[in-house]
Amino acid sequence: MGRPVAIIGSGQTKHGRRFDVTYPELVKEAVDRVFDSTGISPEDIDGVVSGTMPSMMEGVALTHFYFADVLRSVGKPILKTETCGSTGVSLAITGYYWIASGMADLVLVVGSEKMNEGDSQATMTTVVEPFYQRYFISGAPGIFSMQSQQWSVHYGIPEERVRAAATKLSIDHHNDAFDNPYAHIKKKLTEEEVNNARIITYPVRLWDVCPNSDGACAVIFASEKMAKKISKNPAWVKGVGYSGEEYWFGDSDKVVWQCAIDAAKQAYDMAGIKDPRKELDVAEVYNPFTFQELLYYECFGFCDFGKACDETLKGTFAKGGELPCDPSGGTLCTNPIGATGLNRVAEAALQVTNQAGDHQIPGAKLALAHAMGGVDQYNGIMILGSKL
Amino acid sequence: MTKEYNTLKNVIELPHKYAAGPAWTRFYDGLKQEKIYGSRCQKCKKVFVPARSYCPACQVSADEWIEVSQEGKVISWALSISHEFFGMPVSPPFITALIRLDDTDCDFLHFIGGIDLSDAKKVKDLIKPGLKVRAVWNEEKKGHMMDIRHFVPVSG
Ligand SMILES: [Zn+2]
Repeated sequence: MGRPVAIIGSGQTKHGRRFDVTYPELVKEAVDRVFDSTGISPEDIDGVVSGTMPSMMEGVALTHFYFADVLRSVGKPILKTETCGSTGVSLAITGYYWIASGMADLVLVVGSEKMNEGDSQATMTTVVEPFYQRYFISGAPGIFSMQSQQWSVHYGIPEERVRAAATKLSIDHHNDAFDNPYAHIKKKLTEEEVNNARIITYPVRLWDVCPNSDGACAVIFASEKMAKKISKNPAWVKGVGYSGEEYWFGDSDKVVWQCAIDAAKQAYDMAGIKDPRKELDVAEVYNPFTFQELLYYECFGFCDFGKACDETLKGTFAKGGELPCDPSGGTLCTNPIGATGLNRVAEAALQVTNQAGDHQIPGAKLALAHAMGGVDQYNGIMILGSKL
Repeated sequence: MTKEYNTLKNVIELPHKYAAGPAWTRFYDGLKQEKIYGSRCQKCKKVFVPARSYCPACQVSADEWIEVSQEGKVISWALSISHEFFGMPVSPPFITALIRLDDTDCDFLHFIGGIDLSDAKKVKDLIKPGLKVRAVWNEEKKGHMMDIRHFVPVSG
């Protein structure tokens, strides 16, 4: 199983439209913060992991070379990991593997994106084969709309019920974002505003969709020996899971969504979790679209299949509920894609170390972080706990 | 921010050539003759469409070529009303759909058309999963996915 691994600190930038800095300057903001917060010196780092979305987003390929100086990686090994939307969780898992294997004691892991610099929607579309799939998926909103409609029909959930649950998630998360100093979009929304917002791809409307954000996130992973030496309050990696599916959208079922189910199962088995809803205190579920968050609740065993709308409307996953999800506002409010999954991991670490500030879930000891990548193709999960 | 900084513009154009290989070539040639080709895996016997040279699961050749039905059922759909998506062959409004062609084992992606798309509510009342649809062909064929113009509901 490898050696125990901990997170000893994180640094997030201010997210939003960051035309005030260059891309490396933005990454520097996150890296400087993680070194400030942990008090360790860049010389102590054994290796660096970096990742982003495809290069077309910001016009420079192999960004880990571009960032070499600000990553403080001169003279050190550097790995690049990228898995589209799940890049951030893949980065965290890469850092985890490096230390668990015994080959490093301190690893700096950094995810970043400057979505506003390029054509983010077009860049994401280049992930898809150009002559068949790209013709018919209507970007991420099209994929998620098809997935959501298939799901609601499969379980016979009335459309109004799905809309009501998605609207509650939108209102709650945009409101939760006020408590997160790093969040991009913070907004008080009414049901009427969400329900009548402009249609992006039916049934997905404007407030169901994440923004284009610029931002970076840096996390330091440590071996048990180093974590105990440096940190009074580390977040321990209790479990990791990552699973993928066939390439072609249409080859696999995205309703009873096997890669999401399997990623969670791998992580739960490793963490010894039998009943995630009872045992987890908080979850940072990847929610670029409100509708998709509902599917994850089911695939991750937070509720029965077909019951996510009912449980959401009961408040099970809201702040103060049985299993609060995305108290940070989540991806729905802040989405610098290459950093997004790592933000989930950083947020989960803040929660289990009681450092989440105004959006702290009181007494949280076990947290799940998640992200998804590709055309509904991959899901990755990391579970963090307050105890080794 | 108290100071405005400069923003510089850069455009990258990178044309590329896409080797279609034997399966896509034969599939696209079939479209020119108004045929939709699938292929059957020799091991698991699943029929994939568009035809593949290999089965994604078994990794053995899927070289039994089958002309599949031009009719199938809607699995799911999404309606784009105004947003333009990069790399797509048509402008909105349009409906993209997952369609399970009869006697095949995966979902085929294409457009649903031939109906009034101006009102999402009307579309929703008409297009339900399970709805039977059939392919409608463009006059001019280019050996290209859009030789099929779209799928239309089969009445009755
Ligand atoms: Zn097979």
